[in-house]
Amino acid sequence: MRHIISMLLENESGALSRVAGLFSARGYNIESLSVAPTEDPTLSRLTLVTVGSDEIIEQITKQLNKLVDVVKLMDLTEGRHIEREMLLIKVNAAGDMREEVKRLVDIFRGHIIDVTDRAYTIELTGNADKLDAFIEAVRAAGIVEVVRSGVLGIARGEKGLRVEEKPGAMAKAAG
Amino acid sequence: MELTGAEIFIRCLHDEGVEYIFGYPGGAALHIYDALYKQDKVKHILVRHEQGAAHAADGYARATGRPGCVLVTSGPGVTNTVTGIATAYMDSSPLVVFSGQVSTKYIGQDAFQECDAVGITRPCVKHNFLVKDVRDLAETIKKAFYIATTGRPGPVLVDIPKDVTANRTEYRYPKSVTMRSYNPVTKGHPVQIKKAVELILSAKRPMIYTGGGIIMDDAAEELTDFVRLLGFPCTNTLMGLGGFPATDPLFVGMLGMHGTYEANMAMHECDVLVAIGARFDDRVTGDLDKFCPHAHIVHVDVDPTSIAKNVPAEVPIVGGAKSVLVDMIKAIKAAKKRPDAAALATWWAQINAWRSLNCLEYDRKSELIKPQFVLEKLYALTKGDAFVTSDVGQHQMWAAQFYKFDKPRRWINSGGLGTMGFGLPAAMGVQLAYPKSTVCCITGEASVQMCIQELSTCKQYDLPIKIVNLNNRYMGMVRQWQEFFYDRRYSHSYMDALPDFVQLAQAYGHVGIRIDKPGDVEGALKEALRAKDRLVFLDFMTDQTENVYPMIEAGRGHNEMALAPRMTVVSTDRELA
Repeated sequence: MRHIISMLLENESGALSRVAGLFSARGYNIESLSVAPTEDPTLSRLTLVTVGSDEIIEQITKQLNKLVDVVKLMDLTEGRHIEREMLLIKVNAAGDMREEVKRLVDIFRGHIIDVTDRAYTIELTGNADKLDAFIEAVRAAGIVEVVRSGVLGIARGEKGLRVEEKPGAMAKAAG
Repeated sequence: MELTGAEIFIRCLHDEGVEYIFGYPGGAALHIYDALYKQDKVKHILVRHEQGAAHAADGYARATGRPGCVLVTSGPGVTNTVTGIATAYMDSSPLVVFSGQVSTKYIGQDAFQECDAVGITRPCVKHNFLVKDVRDLAETIKKAFYIATTGRPGPVLVDIPKDVTANRTEYRYPKSVTMRSYNPVTKGHPVQIKKAVELILSAKRPMIYTGGGIIMDDAAEELTDFVRLLGFPCTNTLMGLGGFPATDPLFVGMLGMHGTYEANMAMHECDVLVAIGARFDDRVTGDLDKFCPHAHIVHVDVDPTSIAKNVPAEVPIVGGAKSVLVDMIKAIKAAKKRPDAAALATWWAQINAWRSLNCLEYDRKSELIKPQFVLEKLYALTKGDAFVTSDVGQHQMWAAQFYKFDKPRRWINSGGLGTMGFGLPAAMGVQLAYPKSTVCCITGEASVQMCIQELSTCKQYDLPIKIVNLNNRYMGMVRQWQEFFYDRRYSHSYMDALPDFVQLAQAYGHVGIRIDKPGDVEGALKEALRAKDRLVFLDFMTDQTENVYPMIEAGRGHNEMALAPRMTVVSTDRELA
């Protein structure tokens, strides 16, 4: 099954390679991986998508937790969550296809962010299915270049993946 | 007062109580070596090859329970330690390896003796650090020792660029260290312990299977109490030998590929399996599809990833062996229920029937020296109280089968990685830790040559190790597999032009004795053991065709052991004996 595993990582050089190295050393799959610093500059948030049986996913989460640089981890697919991916795509936009591509961008609620006489550069966010569908839709126009961010995810509701369990705003107000 | 990084490094070792550091100098480590020269608290042991330093520190760590320390230079200095680091990693041995690195401004420039030490060692360390600022040095060293020795122990590498060892800062060694991302669990969950005890007390055919976790967590005493309280059979893995007294009647011997018939059959037939500090390694389990088909499994391990990695556990308990055993003993004593005495009696009768096959028996009338005979004699003459290191191969298995370890930390071998060349340098670390004790290195003529240069180190530091070389002129285990599984095509397992080990030992300043006849075995061993202040290299010319039995072949289960030698034992194609 496909799982989105999200973690807080010490923002140190080498931390990312420990995660990537674990996957290659133990033969686990990575479908996508994205990482960037958080509001706390000492922490990075890393989101990865992997596929495996329940046993393998259990090993993956345990092995990741064992890495000294991994501060906290959660398997987003265990609960309700939102996932998004960003697509930047450059498409031929000449002749008849120019209007057609524009219409497709509107249908998919994307944005054209750069224009030339012969090409559009388009930005689109959504889940992986939506991006796949858009790529298929514009294929006929001629794709110049595709850039995808990899999946980002966040849990629904009030709880967040944080280092300390800080009392929420509601609790503070009540206190 | 501000100190240089090199001085800070030394002060950290002092504050950490480091007794010995095993190493080899070189350019990037010279500031540190200069600071070492100006003090005498930490004793530096100069090896002949950095691999030897890592194994020696590992031997020291396994024998004492204290972290072993290594100091090497950049580039080849640190790459030479990689085998030793990987060995320690696989066997969870606490090692702290310090490597010099080129100055920070040269990192990434392909400078002389530069290599990415952190990158190269990453897959075989518990954690590693590159110290880029002298102000981080003391805290990083503190963390390195903390990580190496807590939870599931393991090697930690600290890479220190040369300019960091020259730069100055105030020295302050942290008393303690807390890391938000590293908090190993040692205490088992009470609900799980309760479940485990219920299962244990309901067993009809119980089995206790323990590994290196008992040794590393100093839980041998607790395990012994636990097993004796229950009266259950106990087996140890190769790494766990000495965790339970081998001479106790409740001990059924080692299990696994070359374990005893009774241990493996009991594994196959048991209804409750209590695994503590063991990781269900493939050499232990045999074919997983045939593994313990009747058993409900309790698995105690300090490392959560060990649990359910190879075999699912019905009652997993994450926690240190010692702490969980103490809690389980308490719970068993408090429980109203007692083990089922009638069922246990039947179970023991069955185990004793398996035991009566005497699976380790060998040909005692042979005119050639049988390796098993040498080890039996060594066991008797040392009264089972020696520290024994080994290399890897047939001699390792025979040592595990025939030297009965009653105490933990006496049996030191490379079980996980299977590193030939481990035995001699490891023995150096053990002998330094226990200068008055008998330390034997059981080896073979192939393994011992992989770190033979350390004989020179042994001379420099007067280490009176007894080397028991079971010389069959073959890589014995390779030859055994070629005999069994490759139709006796002995591809490159025979070594022509072996050195004369007696002369070799003498050339290094030691005593060498060659033994050709079974009748001379005991005398030679006695002579060696009497020589309290000399290293003695005993070169036993053993039967070339001897194989390790019993054996579970690949793809087979515990109940499918090959007991007797195969009928087709034929002399090898280049017989020397």
